[in-house]
Amino acid sequence: MFEYPIDGETLLRKYRSIRRELMGGCQGDWLDKRIAILGGSTTAEVRKMLELFLLYHGIRPVFYESEYGAYWRDAMFGNDALAAFAPDVIYIHTTVRDIERFPEVGAAGGAGGAGEPTPGKGGLLAGEAHPDGAGTAEVADASKCPGGAVADVSKCSGGTGAGAASAEDALLAQEFGRFRGMWEKLAADYHCPIIQNNFEYPDVRLLGNADAYMQGGRVRFVSRLNLMFADYAATHGGLYINDINWLSADYGLGRWADPFYWHMYKYAMALPAIPHLAQSVARIVKSLYGKNKKVLALDLDNTLWGGVVGDDGPENLEMGQETSAGQAFAAMQSYVKAHPKLGVVLGVISKNDEENALAGLRRPDSALAPEDFASIKANWQPKSQNLVEMADELGLLPDSFVFVDDNPAEREIVRRQVPGAAVPDMGQPELYIRALDRNGYFEVTGLSADDLARGDMYRENARRKQAETAFADYHAYLESLEMAAEIAPFAPMYMSRIAQLTNKSNQFNLTTRRYSQEEIEAMAGDGRYITLYGKLTDRFGDNGVVSVVAGEVVGETLHIRLWLMSCRVLKRSMEHAMMDELVRRAQARGVTRIAGYYYPTAKNGMVRDFYGGMGFERVSGGATDALADGEAAGGAGGVSGQAESASGQAESASGQPENAGGTVWELDIGRGYEVKQDVIKIVCGGKPVTDEAGGS
Amino acid sequence: MTKEAVYEVLHEVFRDVFDDESIVLKDQTTAADIDGWDSLEHVGLVLAIEEAFGMKFTMSEVRHMENVGEMVAVLMERGQLR
Repeated sequence: MFEYPIDGETLLRKYRSIRRELMGGCQGDWLDKRIAILGGSTTAEVRKMLELFLLYHGIRPVFYESEYGAYWRDAMFGNDALAAFAPDVIYIHTTVRDIERFPEVGAAGGAGGAGEPTPGKGGLLAGEAHPDGAGTAEVADASKCPGGAVADVSKCSGGTGAGAASAEDALLAQEFGRFRGMWEKLAADYHCPIIQNNFEYPDVRLLGNADAYMQGGRVRFVSRLNLMFADYAATHGGLYINDINWLSADYGLGRWADPFYWHMYKYAMALPAIPHLAQSVARIVKSLYGKNKKVLALDLDNTLWGGVVGDDGPENLEMGQETSAGQAFAAMQSYVKAHPKLGVVLGVISKNDEENALAGLRRPDSALAPEDFASIKANWQPKSQNLVEMADELGLLPDSFVFVDDNPAEREIVRRQVPGAAVPDMGQPELYIRALDRNGYFEVTGLSADDLARGDMYRENARRKQAETAFADYHAYLESLEMAAEIAPFAPMYMSRIAQLTNKSNQFNLTTRRYSQEEIEAMAGDGRYITLYGKLTDRFGDNGVVSVVAGEVVGETLHIRLWLMSCRVLKRSMEHAMMDELVRRAQARGVTRIAGYYYPTAKNGMVRDFYGGMGFERVSGGATDALADGEAAGGAGGVSGQAESASGQAESASGQPENAGGTVWELDIGRGYEVKQDVIKIVCGGKPVTDEAGGS
Repeated sequence: MTKEAVYEVLHEVFRDVFDDESIVLKDQTTAADIDGWDSLEHVGLVLAIEEAFGMKFTMSEVRHMENVGEMVAVLMERGQLR
């Protein structure tokens, strides 16, 4: 019901019972998020449907909803309720009905026509922005351009329509400026991602086809305004466009814009379309918080080509341009092949002898070749078992997989055996692409350089594994890798990757604190913090930024708020290199003691004893004894007490409660520190680090 | 459709929308009689009824329906079982 094709009818009708079931389903592993919906029209059902889709993605939302139509007022003027709410994400649900003024027909030459009465305001155009002015009054007042009042209209446009720019340009600048001002104010006030609808096309066209190209045409105006939104989003981090222009086209504009819902209830879109809107917004939110899938694991026979390679022989498969079925499979292959460019890892899971599978993929007209896949499991094991083994091999979790198979029975087995993996119903071969595309498994909210290179990295990992087997002595193996690490304070070019890592890393993550890019940037600029990213290269290639550490200095103690590492560099001593560098910089700032915190989650068991392994002593907390914190803090004296209170502050700031069963660790660095590794050369900007003091 | 058939389907819809199996409808039932039936919930309720009966109310019908009985009268005339 949440996957393509979305069953919006059921989601709307059974909202209450579905919500109840979803809330009961996820065993305490929720990601809690605070979502502010600022609407230009009624948003009650938008909130309800968004709630269901977020719950479906493991995100448990609480909502702030602006009063009816008050999106602009809420953003621009102090709002205690919104400030107290402290949103993690702001979603601005505006539509073509929120465009305050459209250019007038015949106003092409400049200011001339702009002051004349507006035909649209009288109701001639059924799709006008404000049919009755209701609910948008505050917005209009605030910009001093009330729609509908002719005298004010001329006053308003008088200053902007003159000169070389057309009336349309002036109105575009005005309309765009209103939104841009709002985004900038919200970003400054709340430092959180903003999701903004672009505009659907007007439902009716006074000029017919000319509405798309003549000055004064509203279709043209919306197109230009959408492009301005797009340009802004493309050049400014933190603003994400929810593309309702595309969504409404896909859904059917006529049904999307059903005026019944506007006139009856002041919904700017038809209620049956709202689940589709909510799915789209939820895609963006879950992508921002690292809940995209990472692997596309594909069957071969009748999934990537027509026919069964073991029975028919590779030469008889349908996969080229010769037949209509072959064309459908070729299109599917091309679509799949584009995914590594988004950082998606490809795998094959097929019931075949491996040589047959490879023979099929080596056909010259196969768009996909064996080299496109990070892992190929062609054997006769159950597919669920192959999936779990592939996940282990890649250092990823099985629930980050999308499993693609034409056979419903195979899909059902994987669905049952691998909870959390996505297993879409594929339908007919000509619709395979749509089944994948509409579900948004790999929704893009930012492409870091690392995303683009990830496919290469997994292939390099496979080669490293082969090299590993050639060495009896692990230390000798590590030395043979000729590793070099760039470890330095958070730098502008890596902010998006750092934020992405805090949201994606689940296993090697001591505190599992999630940060937006804005929050990462704020931390980097905060003098109380020591921040470090680690980028690792070796003779097989560049692993990119793989580790992030941030600590807050309070007195002479450094409290480690964040310590995480990508699992693709496990057992490479990178964590030791990070620790050495952290200690070096901490000592340079006069820190004598480091406090580390481990908060257990369902997924980070591998780092339970991380600080112990680094030579820290446990000062409070036990595996199950949540009460031990206070006790041990008292026993360990002032330093621990300080640690607790500082930790409490950080917790409330990040909005995440400290998990029960967490542990606190300490390391005394006042009387020296023994360097932990010698296999990674530390470089800075490509040059070896000498003895220059840390900090920037 | 017969009145009985309309009521049977209508009960299912109301019970789903308000997540309450104990709801019993009569001709005289109004929004005031059912927990949670406010103007915001009314929007979804109307759509669920339309979808269950394969029809669409006009604005005028929605605005003038005073109780369940009047809704049932429209559905007996224009509703169809899916």
